[in-house]
Amino acid sequence: MGIISSKLGNLGVVTTTLDQAINWGRTGAMWPLLFGLACCAIEYMSTQASNYDLSRFGMELNRASPRQADLLIVSGRLTRKMAPVVRQLYDQMAAPKWVIAMGDCASCGGVYNNYAIVQGADEIIPVDVYVAGCPPRPEQLLHGILTLHEKIKGESIRDWAAPVETIRV
Amino acid sequence: MIIPQALDPVTALKQAMPDAVEDVREYGGDITIVVKPDHLQAVSQYLRDTSGLVYNFLSDVSAVDYYPDYNRPGRFGVSYHILSLLYKRRLRVKVYLPEEAPSVATVTTIWPGANWLEREIADMMGIDFVGHPDLRRLLMPDDWQGHPHRRDYPLGYETVMFSFNADEIMKHKPHATD
Repeated sequence: MGIISSKLGNLGVVTTTLDQAINWGRTGAMWPLLFGLACCAIEYMSTQASNYDLSRFGMELNRASPRQADLLIVSGRLTRKMAPVVRQLYDQMAAPKWVIAMGDCASCGGVYNNYAIVQGADEIIPVDVYVAGCPPRPEQLLHGILTLHEKIKGESIRDWAAPVETIRV
Repeated sequence: MIIPQALDPVTALKQAMPDAVEDVREYGGDITIVVKPDHLQAVSQYLRDTSGLVYNFLSDVSAVDYYPDYNRPGRFGVSYHILSLLYKRRLRVKVYLPEEAPSVATVTTIWPGANWLEREIADMMGIDFVGHPDLRRLLMPDDWQGHPHRRDYPLGYETVMFSFNADEIMKHKPHATD
């Protein structure tokens, strides 16, 4: 039965299990980049600390090198001077990679509407999950991370070449 | 250790350089000496090196833009807040600069800590510091045009988004997709 389905294009049970395995591996230990910009970084640090533990998701260590990181959490105000740096870091990250825009300033510019702050990190890099808050509480950031996990679990190897729709928290 | 007697900065400066001082103001215990811009370096050197004054710490350099209507001798004012660590007292030296090509001599040769402070003012207000070793932009990107802290610089950046103009704004907003 599996051989007949593969000739029809639908790989059946084998694909589903492979998708689940791949997505389980991706969400199990998604190493974030050691990247914090402003006040949201403090909340991210407290999310990673012992009370709201991020280690239970495998995210206890931040990789300093973008080549080794999977997740870029833009936590804080993105200034115009920092924007090319973030773009370079994002380009240096190896696929698969995801971006969480944490906080209001990374999502839409926040309270700042001036010459210095980029009005949302999605002007520079594509964002997967937006977490609202100023700063978002650790529970909100955890909700955002879990939403990203849900989004990744909905991905399939059939879509690897196609862009995936973003989700707003 | 014998500490020399502290001198009054205003009288000492007026005696040593009478043509440098334009005005002296006092408010709430703070003394401000308004100095002609050409004499700034000489005044700073005097205030730092004279025994009895010894203003050896530059706390801050700040600039202000008096545009559009100002009844002051110039459009820009630059204040140097100096502190004497020996006598534990503060002083403010102020210069007024004109609107076209505002420039004043740098004090980095006297207080080296003024390097970044003057760079910030040059970036934000467009005041040229003659003799500064490295006058690049500090806070804005290197190729930025304009000086943001001037009063005639536009205030906002993006039109405030409501539901009725959201689509219009999102059409022109850059959006990264890769």
